[in-house]
Amino acid sequence: MSDDHVYLSLAEEHEDDTRWAYGTGFEDPLHGVDTTVPDGVDRAELAALCLALGDDALVSAQRLAEWTTRAPELEEEVALANIGLDLLGQARLLYARTGQVDGTGRTEDAYAYLRDPADFRNVTLAELPGGDFAFSIARLLVLASWRLAHFERLTASPDPVLAAVAAKGAKELTYHRQYAAEWTVRLGDGTDESHRRMRAGLQQVVPYLGELFSACDVRDEVVAVLRQVTDAAGLPLPAWQPLPRAGRTGAHTEHLAPLLAELQSVARAHPGASW
Amino acid sequence: MVTAPADVRRARRLAETVPDPELPMLTLADLGVLRAVEVTGEGTVRASLTPTYSGCPALAEMRAMVAARLRAAGFARVEVRTVLDPPWTTDWITPEGRRKLAEHGIAPPGPAPRPAPGPVPLVLSGTRRAVPCPRCGAADTEETSRFGATSCKALWRCRVCREPFEHVKEI
Repeated sequence: MSDDHVYLSLAEEHEDDTRWAYGTGFEDPLHGVDTTVPDGVDRAELAALCLALGDDALVSAQRLAEWTTRAPELEEEVALANIGLDLLGQARLLYARTGQVDGTGRTEDAYAYLRDPADFRNVTLAELPGGDFAFSIARLLVLASWRLAHFERLTASPDPVLAAVAAKGAKELTYHRQYAAEWTVRLGDGTDESHRRMRAGLQQVVPYLGELFSACDVRDEVVAVLRQVTDAAGLPLPAWQPLPRAGRTGAHTEHLAPLLAELQSVARAHPGASW
Repeated sequence: MVTAPADVRRARRLAETVPDPELPMLTLADLGVLRAVEVTGEGTVRASLTPTYSGCPALAEMRAMVAARLRAAGFARVEVRTVLDPPWTTDWITPEGRRKLAEHGIAPPGPAPRPAPGPVPLVLSGTRRAVPCPRCGAADTEETSRFGATSCKALWRCRVCREPFEHVKEI
């Protein structure tokens, strides 16, 4: 009797009762969604955009997950892991859409686990090593503000799937940004040491706005939000200059390869395995 | 073939009463994630579910449980599909769902924010809504963490009865 028993229901649904858990390779996050690509939509362009936004989310989620067991407080660990989980969910949806649109029919796992660093299209800010808590908060503030502004525009995408993913994701990014903004104010307006670290974090992160705006130019609203936060925090908003697209063309820092090596280790060591 | 209105009502009732895997005091209908149960032209029972959050790990379980329950009740052709649009909001949690949450010591959500079109404004102060304590009803409570054991819940505590409690966040 599988009624209301989660494991038995899953085993019945997938006609497979040999697993100890259902971890990967069994679930399409867009199961049953109308996946028609409307006429007039450039499939290659749509696939490239979904892939790049999926990569931003996956790489960011991995960096956030690195805080697990290491954050200053248990509550912050839970917060960063929750934010990472939201981004991982966005990545899954975006990868699934990429596979439908680019003509290869690949699944989310193929994009996450079976591509080399040069095939990733995330912005390089997402892949930089974690640094201290203030650096991670500065990066989250900048990336969440930028991605939120980007997603707001995508809610009007001619592709209904991307528009729906963006509408849902925008709600999540709103509270990611809120969390990062409140910590920026708290650290900037805190002790001399927290102020110094928050200022240093912003100095490392803000120059990457140049690369973000070459991928999607939403500078007016992002800079307005950053100025609002740094003013409240008593911190200067560092300068930034236009930069080339870098990560969006596959040009990455030396930090992406080790990140992917860890993320992909099980899938690469046991090709085709499911768990 | 499933075509009789009585069959459709029975299918709907079966799907509606499936418990949520993470908040098992709520049914999928209470949570507002079951968007429709209908019968297609070919006689397939089609249930539509929407995820609460993009990273909701429970959607696969919900789908499997709805399908299993309908099949066990004799519906041979069952399809459970995902709908992404419009995105789920806590405003869809039913009054009955809110009552059950409170009964289990979880403060139900208030009205979800409805941002106007255009850039989402960032508000840095005065954003905290008063959440009454679900145990003693006191209004003097505080948020201890906006993130909790599941995506949908925040951690709060009551300054009067001193008990910690969870709160379903407005989204």
